Amino acid sequence: MIESPPPIEVRNLTMAYGDFVIQRDLNFVINQGDIFVIMGGSGCGKSTLLKQMLGLITPAEGDIIYSGQSFVHADSNEQENMRKRWGITYQSGGLFSAMTLAENISLPLQLYTRFTPKERTEIIAYKLALVGLAGYEDYYPSEVSGGMQKRAALARAIAMDPDILFFDEPSAGLDPISSRLLDELIVQLKESIGATVVMVTHELPSIFAIATNSVYLDASTRTMIAYGDPRDLRDHTDQPVVRQFLTRSSAATTEETA
Amino acid sequence: MSNTAPVFQLDNSQSGTLVLTLSGNWEQGAGAPDFNELHTNLNALSPTVLTVKFDNIEHWDSILMAFLLQCSNHCQDNDIDLDTSSLPEGAQRLLSVATAVRPHQQPESSSYHWLSSLDPIRMLSATLGSVRESLAFIGEVAIALTKLAVGKANTRYVDFRAFCYQSGPDAFAIISLISILVGMILGYLGAVQLEQFGAGIYVADLVVIGTLREMGALMTAVVMAGRTGAAYAAQLGTMQTNEEIDAIVTLGVSPIEFLVVPRMLALVVMMPLLTIYADVLGILGGALVAGGLGITPLQYFNQASAAVEINHIVVGLIKSVAFAVLIAVAGCRSGINSGRSSAAVGQAATEAVVTAIIYLIIADAAINILCQQLDY
Repeated sequence: MIESPPPIEVRNLTMAYGDFVIQRDLNFVINQGDIFVIMGGSGCGKSTLLKQMLGLITPAEGDIIYSGQSFVHADSNEQENMRKRWGITYQSGGLFSAMTLAENISLPLQLYTRFTPKERTEIIAYKLALVGLAGYEDYYPSEVSGGMQKRAALARAIAMDPDILFFDEPSAGLDPISSRLLDELIVQLKESIGATVVMVTHELPSIFAIATNSVYLDASTRTMIAYGDPRDLRDHTDQPVVRQFLTRSSAATTEETA
Repeated sequence: MSNTAPVFQLDNSQSGTLVLTLSGNWEQGAGAPDFNELHTNLNALSPTVLTVKFDNIEHWDSILMAFLLQCSNHCQDNDIDLDTSSLPEGAQRLLSVATAVRPHQQPESSSYHWLSSLDPIRMLSATLGSVRESLAFIGEVAIALTKLAVGKANTRYVDFRAFCYQSGPDAFAIISLISILVGMILGYLGAVQLEQFGAGIYVADLVVIGTLREMGALMTAVVMAGRTGAAYAAQLGTMQTNEEIDAIVTLGVSPIEFLVVPRMLALVVMMPLLTIYADVLGILGGALVAGGLGITPLQYFNQASAAVEINHIVVGLIKSVAFAVLIAVAGCRSGINSGRSSAAVGQAATEAVVTAIIYLIIADAAINILCQQLDY
């Protein structure tokens, strides 16, 4: 039996703005069911990497392959089809502020599915219930709290039952309890819908709590210097920077759990 | 191929326990059954325990989960025990996540009949409210201006200069175009009528008086309301959205002094200058039309200079200052009171232009009546 190709593979990726190279020679694989974290210090290109994976910026060199199909070389129609299998939440939520939460979630369903209006209403109620926002259909994003906006954005991201979920700083600006709840929600959703999760974050508690695989981008050498389970990297990496990054706050984690 | 249409079956052979069997493929576009069908059955049978089973379901997606969630909510509301232990693990887990938090009850107050928006008392109080708001805003601006006069206001000269540039030189192109065309329109309008009396030369008087007293100031103001008033509303509305205005307040600076006063002063300084510029171009536009009708430029300008009187110019300038204040008030007020979303900023910009134009027309009429009464 032929093993199915991994959901995401990054090959020889070089990211640059003009002549200014941000990261070069990135090679890594994200396996089915991973919670994959892109780590690194500020300004190392984490968010840029995510934007390149989402196709918002075209890479200077290299390729990004989704389930064996190149995204960079696909034509715009194929790219559209690949995008339909993704769910994305942005750093500040990215909810449409002129629409209610229900309308926000309804939009991808209206655009890409043939559900009847009644079915859509039921699905919206279900998706909102999944993120703990049942009954908030008619609220506008500005009328709910920041944590609720993040969860509503997650509800919109999972509206289409995606295969891959992307998160840009999911817990930025949330209190420890809410971000813990969000982490748990991500894990539960991932396990029940069988999606692969890719997230950019530097919240160490959530990295150690949920991540199963990771890549560390280094700002000074401009390439990736570590790849693997973050708990493993913390204990066994030979890269002092990575250990510094992971252990500095690992002390904070033990304090918090104690 | 087996029957794959999504269906449910109820079995109430055991007393008190109802067995709900779901079969077929519960997927998008498969025509899943409506929960209401089950709802009526559940009400009729009123079981104490509802057991859900999957029978031969190969594919299922959110539509099945939405159905199950409705079941679960119904059971919770009617004290029915829901037994989901025979469901696949994924579905069980999703259902438990979805039912972990009780649905939020929306407060009832927000719903009222649309006819009630025609209620005269409500309308009157809404109008009074907005008038009061405008007066309060004008009051705050007046206080800020007094402070500025005493030299205690937190208004920065740099801001004022930047806004002067934005509302003055940047607007030259559109003002030039509009005022030449308005001058030509006035010229044509008058020329056709005056020619019939053999008084074609008086087209110069018509253009000069019309432009100086009325059209120069009014057209400039309309352009500035659309251009600068809307820009002010959008700028301040976005600042409100980004919490920049909150930051200004917590720095101990009045947003009126810091944001509104420089914008208003810039308009008040630039509008008369733009009006004079528009007047000159409008009269030139009239000359073009007059030339086309056989009046030589020399004749036209001779007649025109006789028609120019100082009080025409003064009336135009007074109007332009009044208009500047009104545009700035309308724009800045809508911006500062804007809500915190992209839709609200758009609404603020629209409101700024609409109110500014209403203010302009009313003020223009008022000033004209006043001048008529004073015989100025």
